[in-house]
Amino acid sequence: MTRETYSSDIEKLFLPRRQFVKGVAMGGVLLGLGLAPWRSWAAADSVLSHPVLQGKNFNLKIAPQAVNYTGKKRFATAVNGSVPGPILRWREGDQVTLNVTNHLAESSSIHWHGMILPPGMDGVPDISFQGIAPGETFHYQFDVKQSGTFWYHSHSGFQEQTGLYGAIIIDPLEPEPFSYDRDYVVLLSDWSDEDPTDIYAKLKKMSGYYNFAERTAGDLARDIEQKGVARTWSDRSTWNKMRMSDRDLSDVTGSTYTFLMNGQTPAAGWTGLFKRGEKIRLRIINGSAMSFFDVRIPGLKMTVVAADGQNIEPVSVDEFRIGVAETYDVIVAPKDDRAYCLFAQALDRTGYARGTLTPDLALKADVPNFDPYPILTMQDMGMNMDMGNMAGGNGSMGNQSADMSQMKSTPDMSMSQTKMAGMSAAASGMKMLGAAGQGSQAEIVHVPTEFGPHVDARASDPQSRLDDPGVGLRNNGRRVLLYSDLYNLNPTVDQRDPEREIQLHLTGNMSRYMWSINGVKYADAEPLQFKYGERLRITFVNDTMMNHPMHLHGMWSELETGDGRRLPRKHTVIVQPGAKISYLVTADARGGWAFHCHLLYHMLGMFRKVIVS
Amino acid sequence: MKKYLLSLAFILLIPTLSLAGEKSDDPMLTMVMVNQFELQLTGGDDLLVWGAEGWIGKDLNKFWLKSSGEYVDSKMENAEIQALYSRAIAPFWDLQLGWRHDIRPTPTRDWMTLGLKGLSPYFFDIDMALFVGDNGRTSARLQAEYEVMLTQRLILVPEIEMNLYGKNDPATGTGSGLSDIEAGLRLRYEVRREFAPYIGVNWTRMYGNTADYARDEGADVDDIQFLIGVRAWF
Repeated sequence: MTRETYSSDIEKLFLPRRQFVKGVAMGGVLLGLGLAPWRSWAAADSVLSHPVLQGKNFNLKIAPQAVNYTGKKRFATAVNGSVPGPILRWREGDQVTLNVTNHLAESSSIHWHGMILPPGMDGVPDISFQGIAPGETFHYQFDVKQSGTFWYHSHSGFQEQTGLYGAIIIDPLEPEPFSYDRDYVVLLSDWSDEDPTDIYAKLKKMSGYYNFAERTAGDLARDIEQKGVARTWSDRSTWNKMRMSDRDLSDVTGSTYTFLMNGQTPAAGWTGLFKRGEKIRLRIINGSAMSFFDVRIPGLKMTVVAADGQNIEPVSVDEFRIGVAETYDVIVAPKDDRAYCLFAQALDRTGYARGTLTPDLALKADVPNFDPYPILTMQDMGMNMDMGNMAGGNGSMGNQSADMSQMKSTPDMSMSQTKMAGMSAAASGMKMLGAAGQGSQAEIVHVPTEFGPHVDARASDPQSRLDDPGVGLRNNGRRVLLYSDLYNLNPTVDQRDPEREIQLHLTGNMSRYMWSINGVKYADAEPLQFKYGERLRITFVNDTMMNHPMHLHGMWSELETGDGRRLPRKHTVIVQPGAKISYLVTADARGGWAFHCHLLYHMLGMFRKVIVS
Repeated sequence: MKKYLLSLAFILLIPTLSLAGEKSDDPMLTMVMVNQFELQLTGGDDLLVWGAEGWIGKDLNKFWLKSSGEYVDSKMENAEIQALYSRAIAPFWDLQLGWRHDIRPTPTRDWMTLGLKGLSPYFFDIDMALFVGDNGRTSARLQAEYEVMLTQRLILVPEIEMNLYGKNDPATGTGSGLSDIEAGLRLRYEVRREFAPYIGVNWTRMYGNTADYARDEGADVDDIQFLIGVRAWF
C-alpha cells in the first residue's frame, strides 16, 4: 500500500502528463468542420450534429483532415472532411452508387463492413479490386439486400486507425419488430497522435511497449501475504514457465489512445437528447483499430434488439462487451428527467469513451469509476481449470467435466451430451459433425505448422465458452450479455446441418509480435477453398491469450448458440483467449473474399483469402 | 570469413516483395539499444562503460551488432564488437552466429561466435556464447538478467556475467578456466519506454590465472563500483 502511494508520487514527479489521454474538450475536426454541404441533408432529429448522407447516389471524398484531439494538431484520414465519416443512410431494396475519390498520396479503399454484395464491390485491395489509386475515383454499385446497422472503413494500410470509418444505417422494407422514438448512432473508436506505422514498429521491438499494468513486486508481496509463499509459487509457476503475462489484455492501450464516441473525446463527450418517456435506439458500432469496449449506462437497462445489424430475440442486459467491428442495437427507456452516462470503458481499463443521454443540455451525468484491472486466468490460456481434479483422465473427459460444471442453459447441456456421442463415434473411426447449432465436437488438432519460433503457445484444452462474458466481466454483479443469449428473431434461412468442418487455429508470438492462422501468416498462405453452395462449420481455436474478432467477408457467420433453427447472423465473432467457437457458413457467394482478425495490427498476418467456387 | 558472414546476412534479409503496395506484416526494422552507458565511480580513476546492441532485420532473421567496453582516464581499456547473424530457432530463442573482435586489450583477438540469446522460463534474459579464436583459443560467456518491476516504470535489474577461457593468453592477461565474474544491480526509471536513467552498484572479481596476471600488473582483482548511467533505445 505504502509502496503504491510512493510509486504514484514518484510517477507524478517524473511524469506530469496523465497516462490516460482524455483529450481536449474542444477537440475533433478543425477548420470550421467542413461539413456544411451535408448538414442540410441530415435526417430530421435522428442524429445529433453528425453529417448524414441519404439516398441512392453518394460522392465520398477521402482526404487528409487536420484534427486536434489531445491538444496537438494531427492529420486524420477523413471522408468528406469528417471523422468519423458521414453516416450513410440507405434503404433495403435500393441500388446504391458510391463514387469514392481518393485525395490521399497513397492508395485507399472503402470496405462496406457486413454487407452482402458482389465480390468486386467489397473494397479489399488485392482481393476485390486494385484499390483506389491517388487521384482516382472508384464507382461502387450494389443492391442493398439487408437492413440494420453496419459500418464502413478503409481496408488499406493503417488508414482505419487514422479516422477512415463511418456508420451505415439501412432502413428495412418491412416494419421493425420494435419501436423507438429516437435513433442515435454511437460509433466508438480509438485515436492516437502517433503514426500507426510507428505503433506497429514499437510493438515489434517491444511488445509490452504500451502495457503499463504489468505485475509488480507489490502484487507479488500482496499475493504472498494473502496466499502464502507455496500457493503463490504454484499459481505463478505456469505463467512464469510459459513466459506469459496475465496482464496482457491489449497490445495498444490508453497510454497512447484517446477513445472517441462519435468523434468526441472523453473530455468533451457526445450528447444525445431525449424527452422523458421516450424510447431511444442506440446503434453502437465499434470502429476501433484495436480496442474492445465494455458498454453500460448506469441506471438504465438496455434491451439488445440486434447484433451485427441482424434482429435477435430481445434480451435485457446491464452491460455488453463489443469487440472491434461488432455492432449492437439497444433500446433504452429512461424513466427519469435526468442525465445518464453512456460509459464505454476499454477492456483493459486504460481509458473510456463517454457520452450523455439527457433531457437537458445543462444536466451532467456522473462518470463511473473504472472496474478493476482484469487479470487473465488459466482458462484464458486454453487450459481446463478442472483438469487438476481429473487425475489420469484423458483430455476429452476433462472437457466433459468442465462443460458439465459450467453449463447453465439447456442447449449447451444437449451439446455436452452430443459431444459424448461424438467422442464414441470418433473412437470407432466414424466422421460425425453433429447438428447445426451444437458447435464442434471435432478433436482439437495442432497442425505441424503451428510449431516453431513464430508460435508461442497452443491451447491444450480449449473450451466452448459461449456463456463466459469474458475476462474482466465475470461475476461483476451486473447482467452482462453473453453470446449464448443471442438467438435470431427469424428462422435460420439455411437449416442444413454442416457438411464439412474447418478448424482454424488463431496463433501468434506475442513477444515477437507475429500473428498467423494455423501458424501460417497471410503472405505464406494458400487461399481457403469453399465449395459453392456448401454448408460449412468454421471452428476457431484461439491458441493465444488475446481476444480476436474474426470477420468473414461476403457471407454471414451464423453463430452456433445452441438452436440450429435460430442461429444469430454475425459478420464478426469474438474468439476468446484459449477458447473455441463455431459458426456455420453457407458458401453462397462466388468469388474471392477476405477472412481475418479485425485487430488492425494483427490482420496483416492473421488473414486468409477465401475462394468460393 | 567476415565478408562471407556479412553477405550471408544481407541475402537473408532481402525484404520479400509485399502485395500491391499493401503494408507488409513483416517490415524491415532497425533498433539501437544502449543498455548501459554509465560512469562507474571507483576508488581510483572513474570508468566510462558502455554496452550497446543494434539490429536490422525482420521477425525471424536479423543482423546484429553488439559492442561493449570501457574508458579509463580517457583511454580505451577494454572494447569488443560483435557482428552476428541472428535467427529465431524457438519462440523465445535466437541463435546468433558471427564474429567477435576484441579491440582492447592489445594485441587484438578475433573469435568466431556461436551464441544463444533469449528469454528462459521464469523470465530470465539470457545471452550465452561460445567463442573460437586463433591458435586453439576458446572462450565462453554467460550473461543473465532479471527485471523486478517495482512499479510500472521503476525497475530493478540484477544481472550477472561470467567469462571462461580454454587456455592462457598472457599477452591479453586472460588465464584459462573461470576468468571473471561481474554482478550488477541497477535501478532504472523509465521516463519514457525509450529513455531511463539509472543508478546502481557493480561488483567484479577476477579468478585463477587472470587474477594472477592482474596482480602482476599491480591491479586489483576485485572491485565494487557505484554507477550512474542511462539506458536508451530507438
